[in-house]
Amino acid sequence: MATDPKLSVEDLCVSFGPAAALKHISLQVFPRERLAIIGPAGSGKTTFLRSLNRLNDLEPAFSKTGRVLLDGQDIYAPDTDVPDLRRRVGMVYAVPVPLPWSVYDNIAYGPRLAGTRDRERLDQLVEESLKNAFLWDEVKDRLKDSALNLSGGQQQRMCLARVLALHPEVLLLDEPCSGLDPISTAKIEDALAILRERYSIILVTNNTKQAARASDRTAFFLMGELIEIGPTQQLFTNPAHHRTAGYITGRFG
Amino acid sequence: MRLSPAATQRAAVGLMWALAGATIAVLLGIIAFILLRGLPHVSWGFLTEAPRSMGREGGIFPMLVGTAYITGLAVLIAAPVGLATAVYLTEYTREGRLTAVIRFGADCLAGIPSIIFGLFGFVFFTITLGMGFSILSGALTLALMVLPTIIRTSEEAIRAVPRAYREASFGLGSTRWQMVTRVVLRSALPGITTGIVLAVGRSISETAAVMLTAGSALGMPEGIFDSTRTLSLHFYILATEGISMPRAYATASVLIVLILAINLFAYWLMRRFIAKGR
Repeated sequence: MATDPKLSVEDLCVSFGPAAALKHISLQVFPRERLAIIGPAGSGKTTFLRSLNRLNDLEPAFSKTGRVLLDGQDIYAPDTDVPDLRRRVGMVYAVPVPLPWSVYDNIAYGPRLAGTRDRERLDQLVEESLKNAFLWDEVKDRLKDSALNLSGGQQQRMCLARVLALHPEVLLLDEPCSGLDPISTAKIEDALAILRERYSIILVTNNTKQAARASDRTAFFLMGELIEIGPTQQLFTNPAHHRTAGYITGRFG
Repeated sequence: MRLSPAATQRAAVGLMWALAGATIAVLLGIIAFILLRGLPHVSWGFLTEAPRSMGREGGIFPMLVGTAYITGLAVLIAAPVGLATAVYLTEYTREGRLTAVIRFGADCLAGIPSIIFGLFGFVFFTITLGMGFSILSGALTLALMVLPTIIRTSEEAIRAVPRAYREASFGLGSTRWQMVTRVVLRSALPGITTGIVLAVGRSISETAAVMLTAGSALGMPEGIFDSTRTLSLHFYILATEGISMPRAYATASVLIVLILAINLFAYWLMRRFIAKGR
C-alpha cells in the first residue's frame, strides 16, 4: 500500500516480570483497514491490543522494548498525553463493562472527561454513537435507565458506542462477541462494516469465521509471536506457515 | 458417639439461632431498660431549656448543641483526611513498606483506649497549643480517634469497586484523578458513608476523651473556643455525682434515640445511593 501506516509496531517485546508475553512483533495497520488477530488463548493477542493504548502501563511488572508509532509519533515517548492517546485509540473489552450509571451517562462519560459540557452537543454525541453501534432504536426511550439493566449484547454495543463517542482514530476490539448470541454478534459486525470507512480497526477474535467475514487482513499469533500476516482471503485459503494452517483447520489450539 | 450429618446440621442451626437471638435480646434489653426509665422524663422543655442547679432542673439544650458542634467538627476534620489517606493507599501507591506502615499505624491508633486520646488531647491541644478546654480541642481529639475507622472503612469500600471499572475509565481517556473522583468514589460512596456514620456514632458517645479536652461547662457554647459538655458526659456527671438519676436516664434516652436516628438516616441515604446506581 502506498499510504502511510496509521499504526506502526516495530520490534515490540513485552514482558510482565520474567514472563515474556510478546516477542519481536512488527506489523502495520493502515487507515480504514480492518485487521483481525487470531490465535489460541495465551498467545498474546490481548496483551498486544493493550500495548497499543498503553493500558498495560497499569500492570506493576510491565516492561517493553521496541516502538509503537501512531501517525509516526512514538506513543511511549515521555511527553505523550496518555489520556489523549486512549481517546484516539479506543478499546472495547471482551466482557462488557458498563459503569453503574445510566446509558446516557455511560456514553457521555468520555466526552465529559475531555471537557465537553454543552448539553446539546452531548445529546447529539450520544444519539450519533448509539446509532453507529446499532443500539439507538432499542434504548432511545430509556437513556436514563441504568446500563446494568441492558442485556449482554446491548451492553457490549453500548460499550462500543461509548468508545465511538470519542471519535477515535483506531478502534481496538478484544473478542467483542465472545459472550454474545448470534444476533448481537451480527449487529456488531454490521456496525464494524460501516465503521471501517472511518477508522482503522483491530479485531481480536477466537472465531476464525468472524475473522474471515469482518477483516481485510489477518494476523496469526502464537505463544507471543507473530507467525504470519496477510490478506484474510489468502491467509485462510493458502496460509504460508504450517502452524497457521494447523490452527485454522482446527488441528490444534 | 457420632451424630448423623443431618442432626449436626440441625444442632448447628439451632445453636446459631439461639446465639443470634441472645445478642438481639441483650441489645433490646439494654435499650428498653434505658428508655423505660428515661423517656417519661423527656419533654419538650427538657430538650429546649438550659439546665438549672447543676442539671437537677431544666433541660439539656446546651448539651445537644455542644454535642452537635463537637461531633460535627470532629467528623468534618477527620473525614477529608481519612478519605484522602484511603485514596492514597488504594489508588496512588503500590503496596510496599510505606502502605504497610500507614496501615499498621491506623490499626494501632484504632486500638488505643479513648482515655489515652483524652490525655494526649489535654496535654497537646488544650495546654501546649493553648486551646484550653474547648469544642476545638475536643473535636481535634475525637478526629484523631475516629480517623482509623474512616480510613479503614473507606479503604474497604474503595477496594470493593471492580478493577474493570477503573480500566474502563482509563480506556475512555480519564486521568487517574478523574477516574478516582468520577468512578471510584461515586461507586464507593455507600461504604464511605457507613464509615463516616460509624465515626459520628463513636464521636457522639465518647465520654472520656471529651471530658479531658472540652471540659464540662454547663453554659451555652457560643463558638468553637468555648468549653462545652456533651450529652454522654452530662449523663456521666449526673449519674456518678448523684445529681439526678431520672435526668441521667432521660439524657441517655435522648442519646440513644439520636444515634438510632442517625443510623436510620444513613441506612436511608445508602439505599438511595444504591437505588440511583442501578
